[in-house]
Amino acid sequence: MLGRWAHWTAGHSPPGPFRARFWRSPLRGPWFTAVLSVVLLPGITLMFLTGLASYAAYDPNLAPVNDTTPDKGLLGSWLPAWPAGPWWLYWVTQGVHVILGLVLIPVVLAKLWSVLPKLFEWPPARSVAHLLDRASLLLLVGGAVFELVTGVMNIQYYYAWPFVFYQAHYYGAWVFIAAFVVHVAFRLGRMVSALRSRSLIRELRTPLSATRAEPPDPDRLVSPDPAAPTISRRGALGMVALSSLALLMLSVGQTIGGRARSTALLAPRGQDLGTGPNDFQVNKTAAMAGIVPVDDSWRLQLHGTVSRSLSRAKLLALPQHTARLPIACVEGWSTGIQTWTGVRLTDLADLAGAAPGDRLLVESLQRGGFSAATLSPGQVRTPDALLALQVNGADLSLDHGFPARIVVPALPGVHNTKWVTRLTFSAG
Amino acid sequence: MTRRESLQTIALLASFVVAGYAAVRLLAGNPIGIGAWFASSAIIHDLVLFPLYAGLDAVLVLLLRRHPTWATVGGVAWLNHLRVPAAVSGLLLLVWSPLILRLPTAFHAASGLSAQPLLPRWLAVTAVLFGLSLATLLARIATKRR
Repeated sequence: MLGRWAHWTAGHSPPGPFRARFWRSPLRGPWFTAVLSVVLLPGITLMFLTGLASYAAYDPNLAPVNDTTPDKGLLGSWLPAWPAGPWWLYWVTQGVHVILGLVLIPVVLAKLWSVLPKLFEWPPARSVAHLLDRASLLLLVGGAVFELVTGVMNIQYYYAWPFVFYQAHYYGAWVFIAAFVVHVAFRLGRMVSALRSRSLIRELRTPLSATRAEPPDPDRLVSPDPAAPTISRRGALGMVALSSLALLMLSVGQTIGGRARSTALLAPRGQDLGTGPNDFQVNKTAAMAGIVPVDDSWRLQLHGTVSRSLSRAKLLALPQHTARLPIACVEGWSTGIQTWTGVRLTDLADLAGAAPGDRLLVESLQRGGFSAATLSPGQVRTPDALLALQVNGADLSLDHGFPARIVVPALPGVHNTKWVTRLTFSAG
Repeated sequence: MTRRESLQTIALLASFVVAGYAAVRLLAGNPIGIGAWFASSAIIHDLVLFPLYAGLDAVLVLLLRRHPTWATVGGVAWLNHLRVPAAVSGLLLLVWSPLILRLPTAFHAASGLSAQPLLPRWLAVTAVLFGLSLATLLARIATKRR
C-alpha cells in the first residue's frame, strides 16, 4: 500500500523546497558532506565516551546519593568505579567533552546545511525501510541538536527548560547514539567512496573561478540546476574551520586556567579574579548555598567504629599534608592547579577506626543539590585526598568552603564538598 | 526488499528498542515539555536558522547579481570578506547568547561573577574579525594593483 501511495505522490510533488530544482547551491554534494562526516565521526564518538566518563565520574553505582539518574537501568548500571587518579583524569575528560562539544557546533550546522534537501525529499516515504530510516534521522538530528543546546545552555547557567539537565542530557545522549550507530554503520561505505571521489589537496588548491558542482549522485545531494558559485569549496570548509577555531580559542582558557584564562573571552569562566590565595573560580557561592559565616563552635562530626567531634584547631594540630590539584567542573572549566593543605582522609579514616575497604559519606552544611557525596575506598585511601583547611597558604575563604572542604584527585568539582559538617565511614 | 534493506530494517528496529528504552526515561519527568524540546531540536536548523541566514545571504547575492559593478572593489570581489566575519561572529553570538544577553539570573548567584563584560567582549571580537577581513581585502587589492 505504501508503495502505491509513494508511486502516486511521486508525480505530485508540492512546490518550493520539495522540488529538486529549488536547491541550487553548487557546493552541496557527497564529497562535501563526507568531509564534514569524517570530522564528526571521531568527534561525536569522543563526545559520547567522555560523556559516559562524565557520568561515571560521579560514581553513581557506589551509592544512591551519587546518582543523578537512578532509573538508568541498563544504560549505566554496568559502569565501573571511577579511579582516584591520575590527578588530571577528570580535568581532561570533562574539558574535552565541553570544549570539543563547542568546537563541533559549526561542523554539525554545516553538515545539516549540506544535507538539507533530504528533509524535503519527495515522496516522503518510498518504502517501509525508507520510512524507518527517516524516523531514525529525526532521532539523529533531534538528538544531536538537543544535546548541543542543553549542554551549551547548562554551561551558561541558563536553565530555561522544563526538565532536569542531568536526566535530559544523559538519556538524550542514549537516544542519539542508538540512531548514530545505525547511521554510521549503513553510510560509512558511502562516506569512504565519496571521500575518494575527489582529492582534498586538489580541492584546497581550487579557487572560486574553477569551482564546479560535483557530478550527479544517487542520493541527489547535488543540485540538478546548480547556480554559479559565490564561494569555493575550500572557502566554505575554511569558514567552518575558522568558526570552530574561534570557539576553541575563546573558551579553552577557562579549562586550562592560570594565565590562559584571560584568553577565554567569551566563556563563562574567562574572568581573572586576582592574585590572592583565594582568588580563583567559585562553583557555588556561600550566599547561594545558604551558608552563614561559621564561628568557633563548628565541629567536624567524625563517625566510624568510634565517633569523634573535632574543632578546626584540633584538625590543624593533626599531621598536615599538602597537595597541588585542580578542581574541574562538569561545566568544563577548572580552578587551575591550587595548593591545598589539610588532613589526609586516610588519617581521618584511621582516627575513626575505619576498615581499609570502608567508603565515606561526606555531608555539607549547604542546602540544595550536591549537599552530600559518597567517596569510594580507593578515593579515601589515595595519598592526596584531603579534608582541606587551607589553600595557597591561607585559610579557605567562605566561598571556597571554610571551615573545611574535600579535595580528591580526579573527582568532579561538586563532589569536592565544601562546608563539611560530617564524615561517616562505613562498609556500605 | 534487498538484503541490504532487510539488514538495515532489522538494525533500525534494534536501534529503536534502545532509543525507546532511553526515551521512556528521558520523557519520564515531563513528556510534553521534553518532547517539545526534542522535536524543536530536530527542526530548529532546517526551518528556523537556515531560512534566516540563507535568506539574508540570498538577498545580498541577488543584489550583487543585479548590480555587477557593486560586487568588486579595486578589482577584487568583497562578498566573502563580509560573509566570513559575519558567519563567525554570528555563530559566537548564537552559542554564547544567554550570557551575552544576560539572560541567566543564576549565573551571578552561583559564580559571584558578572555577565556584564560579555557583550562588550563579543562586540570587540566582532570588530577584530571584520577588521582582519578588511585588512586581507585591502592586501588583495594592493597585490592586484602591483
